[in-house]
Amino acid sequence: MNNVRETGGDRWFAFSVYFLLSVALVVTLYPIVYIVSSSFSSPSAVTSGKVWLWPVHPSLQGYSAVFRYAGIWQGFYNTLIYTVGGTLISVALTVLAAYPLSRPDFKARNPILFLFTLTMFFSGGLIPTYLLVNQLGLYDTRWAIILPSALAVYNLIITRTFFQTGIPPELLEAAKLDGCDDFTFLRRIALPLAGAILAVNALFYAIGYWNNIQNALIYLKDNDKMPLQMILRSILIQNQIDPSMTSSMDTKALAERANLREQLKYALIVVSSLPVILLYPFVQRYFVRGIMIGSIKG
Amino acid sequence: MRHTSAASGPGRTARTWRELRTNYQLYAMVSVPVIWLIVFMYVPMYGVQIAFRNFRAVDGITGSPWAGLKYFRKFFHAYDSASIVLNTIEVCFYTLLAGFPIFVLLALLLNNANSKRFRKAVQMSTFAPYFISVTVVVGMLHQFLSTQDYGIINRIIVFFGGHPILFMTEPGWFSTIYSWSNIWQGAGFNAIIYIAALSSIDTSLYEAAVMDGASRLQRVRHIDLPGIMPTVVITFILAIGQVMNLGFFDKIYLMQNSLNLDRSEVISTYVYKTGLAASLPNFSYAAAIGLFNSAINFALLIAANQFAKRINQSSLW
Repeated sequence: MNNVRETGGDRWFAFSVYFLLSVALVVTLYPIVYIVSSSFSSPSAVTSGKVWLWPVHPSLQGYSAVFRYAGIWQGFYNTLIYTVGGTLISVALTVLAAYPLSRPDFKARNPILFLFTLTMFFSGGLIPTYLLVNQLGLYDTRWAIILPSALAVYNLIITRTFFQTGIPPELLEAAKLDGCDDFTFLRRIALPLAGAILAVNALFYAIGYWNNIQNALIYLKDNDKMPLQMILRSILIQNQIDPSMTSSMDTKALAERANLREQLKYALIVVSSLPVILLYPFVQRYFVRGIMIGSIKG
Repeated sequence: MRHTSAASGPGRTARTWRELRTNYQLYAMVSVPVIWLIVFMYVPMYGVQIAFRNFRAVDGITGSPWAGLKYFRKFFHAYDSASIVLNTIEVCFYTLLAGFPIFVLLALLLNNANSKRFRKAVQMSTFAPYFISVTVVVGMLHQFLSTQDYGIINRIIVFFGGHPILFMTEPGWFSTIYSWSNIWQGAGFNAIIYIAALSSIDTSLYEAAVMDGASRLQRVRHIDLPGIMPTVVITFILAIGQVMNLGFFDKIYLMQNSLNLDRSEVISTYVYKTGLAASLPNFSYAAAIGLFNSAINFALLIAANQFAKRINQSSLW
């Protein structure tokens, strides 16, 4: 294809492109590799700074400490509830808004769409929203994690664009002639065709719920309902590690225990990000597609 | 559309009824998210009036007595308000101004890498950090930037004969660490929209440029850059409109500690602390500060849009 001879300048250009991209690759990947390597190293190797790239004195002590830590599992359980329940609610709300708003014959679509987009730039802000959640009796309930941010306008817009461009209008006309109503059309024809965008939505929302800490900071008080991210915060950032976790190992020397407290964090980072990381290779192409669909409009 | 002549009066009502009758199922569908929208977005917007009242829990938002601009004045006269506003501007604009060129550059580089596999590999790995939670990112910063033996950055500094730096507690380092970790996390994600814009550029332009003997750098400058400029402008306006958005205070809040507060206290964390986390929460005062922030935000959005209109054809409205 490229039968035009490359000039010297072009060779420099190509070299710079590859060089800079390699820098980007190393800068993004190194911290991740370092964390994973540390999580598989021995606690003393980590705390004495012997790990540079690969695991040193491979060990699973950090992981076994994480698995013995009861608070972490409670957090996992809570986050799982928020992620599964929240994603279902969010995807349902998004589809119910996006489909009607994609129909050109739906007269109310522009004013409603305007009301949705306006909230991208204006919001009541933290305090009025907090007071509302309080008044609705949702404070310190599991609903408070899900409902206040259940619908993302960005997702609504890409989903609407998908319905507009991905479903030929002739399909609706033909279905209408066969006596198909709007509910049936959405359920039997539009949704089965929208697998890709549903996947994008589910993934966006699921990862959002999995990683969310803000709603828990604002609306939760009860420790039993705290999501994983709040547990991570107390361990990773506030350095509060459950003493019962370390007291079960009286036989070990004190210094060794302090090392494990530190190294446990690396294993915890890996374990808590694992669900997302495992999904990542599969979801990545859906994500890219989702953002591409969204950008067509822009 | 079909009845262009029917202007007003009964014809209009009749058409509305017909629309409701034919599309009632669409209205039924959209009603669920619209109810959510009204309850969780517009009721709080109405509740913003609390900023102009002396909120008392027993009287509720609309029953509390008016206070005028009392709480706005209180904020302007607070001894730390200037530094909070300046911190907010510094932290927000640092990320925006340092991040934007990098996102665009990454997209241009990816678009110009000939090896498809290498391009995929880079795109996939630069995108990955986006999925890590802010809590974990802040936890990672604590580990990497620690002054203990396991803090790898200080290990490198010491290796080259320097002195360890107290990155996480030194106020002067706050905005730098915050912004560059944001860029680390968001580069791959933010580049995607420009990659999409680049892929939609007409390939015949490149062919013609090659015929004319344009070098690859010239093709980037005269085809790629003008091709994505409208997208860059629009995303920049949107970013300016969001730059001081109150929405997400979590990362800044998680990075704060008593030692770096001088430079890390921003409007959104301050609102959270005075309104929710304080032992004696002052809702009206916190809401007033929040509203002040929204006003700045909106002014920035308008200004950015006007500016874009003047220099370029692309604007939001």
